[in-house]
Amino acid sequence: MSEAVLILGATSAIARATAAAFAARGAALYLASRDLDELERISADLHLRHGVEVRYGLFDAEATETHEAFLQAVIKAMPDLSGVVVAFGYLGDQQAARDFKLGAKVIASNFTGAASILSYCANYFEPLKHGFIIGISSVAGDRGRQSNYVYGAAKGALSLYLQGLRNRLFASGVRVITVKPGFVDTAMTFGLPGLFLVASPQAIGERIARALDKSADVVYLPWFWRYIMLIIQHIPEPIFKRLKL
Amino acid sequence: MLVTPLSGWGRYPVQSCEVERPERYADLYSDAASVIARGQGRSYGDAALNENRRVLLTERVNRLLELDADNGVLRAEAGVTLAEILEVIAPHGWFLPVTPGTKFVSLGGCVAADVHGKNHHHDGSFGDHVAAIELILADGSRVACSPAENAELFRATLGGMGLTGIIGEVTLRLIPIASSHMMVRHHAAADLEQLFQHLQNPALDDRYTVAWIDSMAGGAQLGRGIAMCGHHAAKEELPVGLSLSSFNSEELAGGRSRKKHARAIPFDFPAWMMNPFSIGAFNAFYYRREGKRQQPFLTGYDSYFYPLDAIGQWNRMYGKRGFVQYQCVIPDATAFDGIKALLQELSGSHRPSFLAVLKRLGAQGRGLLSFPMAGYTLALDLPIRDDGLFALLDRLDETVLRHGGRVYLAKDARLSAESFRAMYPRYGEWLKIKNAVDPQNRFSSSLSRRLRIGEELS
Ligand SMILES: Cc1cc2nc3c(=O)[nH]c(=O)nc-3n(C[C@H](O)[C@H](O)[C@H](O)COP(=O)(O)OP(=O)(O)OC[C@H]3O[C@@H](n4cnc5c(N)ncnc54)[C@H](O)[C@@H]3O)c2cc1C
Ligand SMILES: NC(=O)c1ccc[n+]([C@@H]2O[C@H](COP(=O)([O-])OP(=O)(O)OC[C@H]3O[C@@H](n4cnc5c(N)ncnc54)[C@H](OP(=O)(O)O)[C@@H]3O)[C@@H](O)[C@H]2O)c1
Repeated sequence: MSEAVLILGATSAIARATAAAFAARGAALYLASRDLDELERISADLHLRHGVEVRYGLFDAEATETHEAFLQAVIKAMPDLSGVVVAFGYLGDQQAARDFKLGAKVIASNFTGAASILSYCANYFEPLKHGFIIGISSVAGDRGRQSNYVYGAAKGALSLYLQGLRNRLFASGVRVITVKPGFVDTAMTFGLPGLFLVASPQAIGERIARALDKSADVVYLPWFWRYIMLIIQHIPEPIFKRLKL
Repeated sequence: MLVTPLSGWGRYPVQSCEVERPERYADLYSDAASVIARGQGRSYGDAALNENRRVLLTERVNRLLELDADNGVLRAEAGVTLAEILEVIAPHGWFLPVTPGTKFVSLGGCVAADVHGKNHHHDGSFGDHVAAIELILADGSRVACSPAENAELFRATLGGMGLTGIIGEVTLRLIPIASSHMMVRHHAAADLEQLFQHLQNPALDDRYTVAWIDSMAGGAQLGRGIAMCGHHAAKEELPVGLSLSSFNSEELAGGRSRKKHARAIPFDFPAWMMNPFSIGAFNAFYYRREGKRQQPFLTGYDSYFYPLDAIGQWNRMYGKRGFVQYQCVIPDATAFDGIKALLQELSGSHRPSFLAVLKRLGAQGRGLLSFPMAGYTLALDLPIRDDGLFALLDRLDETVLRHGGRVYLAKDARLSAESFRAMYPRYGEWLKIKNAVDPQNRFSSSLSRRLRIGEELS
């Protein structure tokens, strides 16, 4: 299989593991985020471990005005681009709910930025009639909770966006997969209280790459989060609003 | 930050530490008043612990950066494990110049402890093959250190147990191999004298030589064991079909192969399972079986170098209270008497040691706090049943000191500050460098506080 995959937010541990899983399948990679020093290190590492070609470049999800040119540069460097993984995201903290300046950053990093770059990716793949888009959303987007509803709202919006995009691109044979991880052991969550059933980024990354070989459109990782969220979504609102979650 | 109990491989002591886990190279730093780097936590005692203080995990800063496949030079971040390195370099025909008895250690840990392998008497310690490191200092600055550049700091960092700074990157010179197989011979020895003769005999010696000792044998059989000698199999030594391309040490025709997935010890063994009778019976069986293998045989590098890695979490065999590995070296001139005295003391104490290993070490290297010196090193695994063990270990320290030897800090959990100073005569020289680069003693650990390392002015 000769895949060529663009990974956005490639410095995240989940993205690193996803990139490694794609590289292990022989895919060429283009890694992007705001941290060029890290991208250089990760690229060298993936190349040495898997022997695949790895390129990297600067990408800022919040700078939506740069996205069109960015994608063009990627396609120029990697003309056989076959898929995109949107892994960037930003959890923020509790303050994001009280201070909109902080909240706006959470929304821009998780949703607006994704909607922007994905619009260009979709327009590129649609006429080619092939390709895939994997968006990393979160179980946090399945129901609003007082502890992180700005992040949850942004991820929920991303999930809806991906759902609509899947509907649009179905006719052109472009796959759109929504990934909803539960807790993953990364910089985002390290040391946070109240975590349970925490998965390793490696396990999540491998399953993200494997999702391409399966037919599911929405993938909870690990799988049991589908059922946890099913229960959480079905708690009646009059009860749910009283819970400390 | 995560506040969590941590321990070394010996699971003693267990201490609450404030753990940080950077994922970016630029974050490999802490401004805490006391901080110590931790790789894979395979040191046995408290070297990678910092009770109620900061511990910086390097495990996520583990990228391979550059491999010169023509000349065998690798540059990588210090958090990468030897296992990961081997996976990449062995298929190119390269191997680690020095390796400890487990591959689940970090590159940084190997530099910080200046580890030795079974080839120390020929090839020196890990640090002898390090071309350069990048060290992150107390003020956050990064300096290149090598035998040519910042040479003093380099010498203080090899074997410096993380106390000079955080090792960020390591450039390592590799050795060429013709296949992933080892050609091995065993030589049984009926007692300690014969075992020493085997180890000294150039006709039996090989690039890698190590002796297993039946620690339960006493009296006339005291020190009986098996010398295990091996080298990387040359092309001519391989049967047809196992050629250059055969670098997968898992698949080995003829020799003993190993399953891909290691089994793990799922729970703490109850204390009674490891008793003098069970260990004695195992040792007698092992002595008879392995002692017979006098004809050279081929085996994969994993089963030669890393037999214990096949059983995950084997440290749980020693029960809940954990164990201490006591490793010391006795200089050549007094080695036989010293080792004999140690074994006698041990066998008189009726404390079973599951593992006893004897190795030859070559000349002392440039690391100022490095463990190796020309002589013989003995390592013993001793489960902690009661506090009586610590009195026995203090007596062993006295025996070691009397014979001019020293105890290995990477294995240590209980040495005294006084014994440390007597055993490491180059400590004064080290301290001058430490005071110059880290005057506030910010890089400190539970081990350094116990041994009062870096606390006095030079
Ligand atoms: C089964 C087994 C067999 C072994 N066999 C041998 C052997 O044959 N020969 C031998 O010499 N040793 C041997 N060891 C000991 C082991 O090789 C050393 O303790 C080594 O340091 C462990 O590496 P680590 O990554 O686990 O380090 P840790 O245990 O995490 O740390 C050890 C020391 O290194 C320091 N350190 C780690 N990373 C860094 C860094 N990036 N920057 C600065 N300091 C750092 C820590 O502060 C600490 O002082 C063995 C251990 C085991 C468990
Ligand atoms: N960890 C979890 O438990 C968990 C659970 C569910 C979902 N997720 C989601 O999984 C994804 C990866 O998470 P992680 O835990 O690995 O996160 P992480 O370590 O915090 O990484 C976040 C990543 O997002 C990138 N990023 C943030 N803002 C950006 C911006 N404006 N422009 C470009 N890149 C930006 C960062 O790259 P640079 O800083 O290099 O630019 C970094 O690579 C995220 O979308 C996260 O929301 C995580």
